[in-house]
Amino acid sequence: MSSVESSASAPIAIRLSDIYKSFGPVNANRGASIQVARGEIHALVGENGAGKSTLMRILGGMYAPDAGKMEVNGRDVTGWTTAEAIDAGVGMVHQHFMLVPTLTVAENMMLGREPTSRGQLDSARVAREVTELSKRTGLAVHPQRKVADLSVGEAQRVEILKTLYRGAKILILDEPTAVLSPPEIDELWRVLRGMRERGETIVLITHKLDEVMEISDTITVMRHGQTIAQLTTTETTPAAIAKAMVGRDVQLATHYGETSSRSLELPSASLLEVRDLVVDGPRRASAVDGVGFSIAPGEILGIAGVEGNGQTELLEALAGLRPVRSGSTSVAGRDITALSVKSRGDAGLSHIPEDRHARGLVLDYTIAENLILGQQHRFTTGVRLDNDAIIDNARRQIDAFDIRPAVPSVPARALSGGNQQKIVIAREMSRGFQVLLAAQPTRGVDVGAIEFIHARLRETRNAGKAILLVSADLAEVLALSDRIAVMYGGKFAAVLNRRDASEEVLGPYMTGAEHAA
Amino acid sequence: MRRTVEEALLPALVALLVAAVVGDVLILSFGQSPGSVYRLLIDGTWGNAYGFGQVLYKTTTLTFTGLAVAIGLRAGLFNIGAESQLAAGGFLAGLAGLMLPMGLPALATLPIYIVAAAAGGAIVGGIPGVLKARFGAHEVITTIMLNFIVLALLNYLTAAHLKVEGTLHTAEIHAGALPRLSSMIGAFRGSAANVVLFLALITAAAVAWFLFRTRRGFELRATGLQPAAAEYGGVNVGGVWWRTMALSGALAGIGGLNYVLGYKHYYEESFASGAGFLGIAVAIVGRNNPIGVVVAAFVFATMSQGGLAVNAVVPKQIVDVLQAVVIIAVAASVPEVRRLARARSAA
Repeated sequence: MSSVESSASAPIAIRLSDIYKSFGPVNANRGASIQVARGEIHALVGENGAGKSTLMRILGGMYAPDAGKMEVNGRDVTGWTTAEAIDAGVGMVHQHFMLVPTLTVAENMMLGREPTSRGQLDSARVAREVTELSKRTGLAVHPQRKVADLSVGEAQRVEILKTLYRGAKILILDEPTAVLSPPEIDELWRVLRGMRERGETIVLITHKLDEVMEISDTITVMRHGQTIAQLTTTETTPAAIAKAMVGRDVQLATHYGETSSRSLELPSASLLEVRDLVVDGPRRASAVDGVGFSIAPGEILGIAGVEGNGQTELLEALAGLRPVRSGSTSVAGRDITALSVKSRGDAGLSHIPEDRHARGLVLDYTIAENLILGQQHRFTTGVRLDNDAIIDNARRQIDAFDIRPAVPSVPARALSGGNQQKIVIAREMSRGFQVLLAAQPTRGVDVGAIEFIHARLRETRNAGKAILLVSADLAEVLALSDRIAVMYGGKFAAVLNRRDASEEVLGPYMTGAEHAA
Repeated sequence: MRRTVEEALLPALVALLVAAVVGDVLILSFGQSPGSVYRLLIDGTWGNAYGFGQVLYKTTTLTFTGLAVAIGLRAGLFNIGAESQLAAGGFLAGLAGLMLPMGLPALATLPIYIVAAAAGGAIVGGIPGVLKARFGAHEVITTIMLNFIVLALLNYLTAAHLKVEGTLHTAEIHAGALPRLSSMIGAFRGSAANVVLFLALITAAAVAWFLFRTRRGFELRATGLQPAAAEYGGVNVGGVWWRTMALSGALAGIGGLNYVLGYKHYYEESFASGAGFLGIAVAIVGRNNPIGVVVAAFVFATMSQGGLAVNAVVPKQIVDVLQAVVIIAVAASVPEVRRLARARSAA
């Protein structure tokens, strides 16, 4: 493990040493350290639950450390408050945006430090300043638009801009690319490089190694709340970083392997059959506009496409969470179009929802309770919930899916994103099912967990089940799918066999530039 | 379990301490000594059998309305209609009592009374529930409005058809009067406390069991915490809404037995006045936990009985102020208490 000091020339912007922080029984940080020089982009990497976010929240003043020393620009700031951190120019952009949706971009910017002129809000000045800042940083926003109308990528730009508007010189970004499309990610890198040139310091929390290699100057690797390695990006390799993160060698290349049990001849009977489905969305009618497909046993059909082209509505309709206008769905030959969510589950449908915070988990319920959500009627004797069976089930799943902390009575809210997702995956894969709907199965999840989840999806496929995979991550769709459909404007723009598909081939369909005949 | 009890009890205790401090200041401002006023308050409530009996009587009604509001809040529903649900329950139970033949033993009539009272409350509570599930009408608005309609309707029915001339109440009910506590323990003589108190305690235990041990309770709480996740988990969210509102109404309705069949043996106009609304405070102070609700009901009952006891030296409105302070203190102290309880259970 190479330990490298940051270049001696640049002054140190951030130095956290031997930070300890625990939340009840969970030790989030156990002697974590990080050191970042001014004017560099620093990647803070580690698996879910490694304590990255906690360490950065301590830096941002949201938590006080139990022990350890914090220095910013050479000043001892141990245990400072959020307000003090903001005053000192430390700004944090959270994974989940902290914007008021009903206000405009400019109004969100001035929230908390509203400039007035003669007793009245000086909105014109804010709009002017925002436009100026937007030009200088290259973060394009429209000050007068409502945040509710923005795409996720735009909302993130507003969030970053807001932090800069408040005078941040040290910017902490918590997994900023989890919600962005590839062009938006490139845009973000351009902005961050520009900031670095102006001497600003950036800490990027991430677990995507390609991002680390592309954008960072230096790297801190955390595992189990401790700092494992401090590296210089040009002197290391993705494999070395991954090994430090996970503590063992990791299979990094998630390239598609022809391991499908499905032979290339036509499948006998499909497990999932969808015909002419039309579904209205919350914002527009016919968000799904006549989609039909079938998935054979032992097959993964991947849906690629830019988010917002009807994938969410399609999945929700198949899961029974959104009414369909017309069309039909059947699972293993049985028409489920009119069935309730519960009956669909009993008919052999399993569903990993795209938003684990809103749908996939009841955050205040325990791990054990979340592991039976949707199957509560199977854990009932008479009218009573069978507590022993629920705890037994939890212990088994925690074991099989390596959910941490391995305590059934811990509320899901206390877990890291990756471990939360493991609860959802464990639950949905352990019920008897024929068809699995997997929406964004690895969103906001780290390398080790991605590898694990992908392996489980392949196993499921090889066991003869049908999987419908929807992912905003094109690499993931390419890595897992046997066939790939591209969704654009509520329709399938193309359906290709895996061997005919590549990023270059799929790209034009995703942007609507090409349609299959 | 221990943590649950702590979470249920601690906020009430903290709130009482804060209320005591504010009470000191108020009492001093009237030129009285807090010590003697509190002694008066304690003497008039817990200090003698009659006063304690009155406290238990008031605890009974408040437990039912508190449970009603609490179970609604557990499902994410704010039932402001406990007032009229309580009245409707008492009314239907009273009506049943008037129709039953004289001289039936209480053991035979009690189930009938419970069903009638529950039905009265369930109808009044169920209507907003159905309106919400079917049309998305907000239950806060509909329950408030139904309070006016239902109370006016009950007053009309009583005044036009049922009342004894010169009074605001119905004829006396002679079928299966529920025994007062004084018939078992002589010292309670004169106080209104009656066996409905035991029904309240059993009901609280049953609600706790339902919420935390049954599948329906699991689904109800999930709906209250995250409706989208409950829907994903196969729960019929609209169904939970209307069933919970009906159940909530039924709980409030059964509370009507305390006055109508346990105490007066007749239905009287506006007998419920205030007990339904105070149920909201009881549920909040009790943290929507059935055990907490019983404790909070006892606290509020003590304060309202104590107000009568100290009325000679300080205005009894002091107690209204203190009740408000308790609610505010609980609302403010809950996160802090929860943090303490969590740290303790971790240690």
